[in-house]
Amino acid sequence: MRSSDKVSAVACRTKKRKSVLKYWELYLMMMPGIVYLLINNYLPIGGLVLAFKKYDYKKGIFASPWAGFSNFKFLFSTRDAFLIIKNTIAYNLVFIILGTVFAVLVAIVLNEIRAEVPKKIYQVFILIPYLVSMVVVSYIVFAFLSADNGFVNKSILHANINWYMTPKYWPYILVFVNLWKNFGYNSIIYYATVIGIDSSLYEAAVVDGASRWQRIRNVTLPGLRPTIITLFLLSIGRVFYSDFGLFYQVPMNSGLLYDVTTTIDVYVYKGLILLNDIGRSAAAGFFQSICGFVLVMATNLVVTKLDKDNALF
Amino acid sequence: MVQHDRVQQTIMNIFMILLVLCCVLPFLLMVISSLTDETTLLKNGYSFFPAKWSFATYSYIIKSAGTILSGYLMTILVTVIGTTCSILMTILFAYPLSRQDLPYRGALSFFLFFTMLFNGGLVPTYIMYANIFHIKNTIFALIVPSLLMNAFYVIMMRSFFTSSIPESLIEAAKLDGAHEMQILTKVVMPLSKPMLVTLVLMIGLGYWNDWMNGLYYVSNQKLFTIQMILNNMINNIEFLSKNGSLFGANSSVVDIPTVGIRMGIAVIAVLPVLVVYPFLQKYFVKGIVIGGVKG
Repeated sequence: MRSSDKVSAVACRTKKRKSVLKYWELYLMMMPGIVYLLINNYLPIGGLVLAFKKYDYKKGIFASPWAGFSNFKFLFSTRDAFLIIKNTIAYNLVFIILGTVFAVLVAIVLNEIRAEVPKKIYQVFILIPYLVSMVVVSYIVFAFLSADNGFVNKSILHANINWYMTPKYWPYILVFVNLWKNFGYNSIIYYATVIGIDSSLYEAAVVDGASRWQRIRNVTLPGLRPTIITLFLLSIGRVFYSDFGLFYQVPMNSGLLYDVTTTIDVYVYKGLILLNDIGRSAAAGFFQSICGFVLVMATNLVVTKLDKDNALF
Repeated sequence: MVQHDRVQQTIMNIFMILLVLCCVLPFLLMVISSLTDETTLLKNGYSFFPAKWSFATYSYIIKSAGTILSGYLMTILVTVIGTTCSILMTILFAYPLSRQDLPYRGALSFFLFFTMLFNGGLVPTYIMYANIFHIKNTIFALIVPSLLMNAFYVIMMRSFFTSSIPESLIEAAKLDGAHEMQILTKVVMPLSKPMLVTLVLMIGLGYWNDWMNGLYYVSNQKLFTIQMILNNMINNIEFLSKNGSLFGANSSVVDIPTVGIRMGIAVIAVLPVLVVYPFLQKYFVKGIVIGGVKG
């Protein structure tokens, strides 16, 4: 480096140091947040080493003995490993695809409806399922599916199906409940995009004699494309994570439904808190965090390439 | 042509009405069940048209103030304290990040953002909070983990500050000799009311509905929120259904409220949210749109 470069580099650093002091109030404001993020988010990342250790409560995380890959070997030797990965990914893919199609459909319908007041009323009501907790949802599902006095058994089918003990219905039930709870939220996002589409495009289509369906196909859908792709990709990024409440609460933790309702999150929870099997649940959690991270990074990079505005970075 | 169009409009409206019914009827069933006479419930099952109505559930709930009332108070307490602290932390973190001239702004933004990409998962988090910080069965367990500050909301707030608070205003305030705290409270906050309302609603809803922190960290029934009471009852129900034969008809070992009462508590859990929601709907929608569309 030439001496003038060195001088300006030093001057730059000193300037930065002076600036840092000048902004001390702002840094002070950030302290609580920084401390919290360190504790709540970054420390547990360090704690991921638990997957490679044999955790001893008395020794704590860092003094516990190393176990190499034995937790992982143990985990992947069980049929559980394949089961939870399959369930998590399969359900998520169905949720994403079905959820997107349905939400886009609702958004388009909302847009095509001309009556102003009903439009607003619909928007208010479709968001309601999103607002309640999964625990309450599981009560509602119970009111419908309870074997002894559920609405479905008593008033619709007049049958005696023991819903909570029959695995084969639950993929459909869970997909339906997930759709019911989230379609309003997703529809609103797409609807907000749809109403932003330039109306002159529609006018041009009408002038060209396009039918409603042709208008949707040639103006609305292309207008939605960026949002659909972005949200789709971002959802794929989270394919290893599941809604714990949906898979644990709604089936009322029924043992017979284990094979169709256990996702990675449910498995980790049960292993950690109910069975005190730290090794395998730590390994499963580690697997989820790593795969999740790789996938989130990959999908976000793709989104960045495709659509700068909607990318997270 | 007009005829065709009117048919399409009718079909679409019917479709939406069916959807709305789908959204609303389950709640209606819940409410009606809570107002149904207990014996009728057991005999005829949950129904929209019960043979016999009864306020017994709610009079029971009011009388047995005890658990349910304390659960309610706990929910309100946790929501108010949690939301207040969370909003404060969010604002205090977002404001400096919105200042273009802050040194190391990029690094700090990344520090925040990275938490959205990668997290340790339940196992390390739980072991840390339970064994290192000993928050089990304290009120902190319901406020701190995961909910106290969310990178997503911080980014929303920061984007709002960046796009809606003109730098010139801040410059002017600085020329007037204001401290950063003063700038924040006297200049930035008054201009941020809509965004604040939106975030308070979203964060508040998160706290109100949370049952996971309780599930992981709290077993002391005195600290239960309404959601946790509901959750606890589910566990008791399955416990009893699996081991019913072990207990006599007069089991006081596991205290299970009757069917109607369970519904009644669930109704109480959602009532405040459903009552408040219509008035604040546009803020919720705004929050969703900003969060979803702009990322």
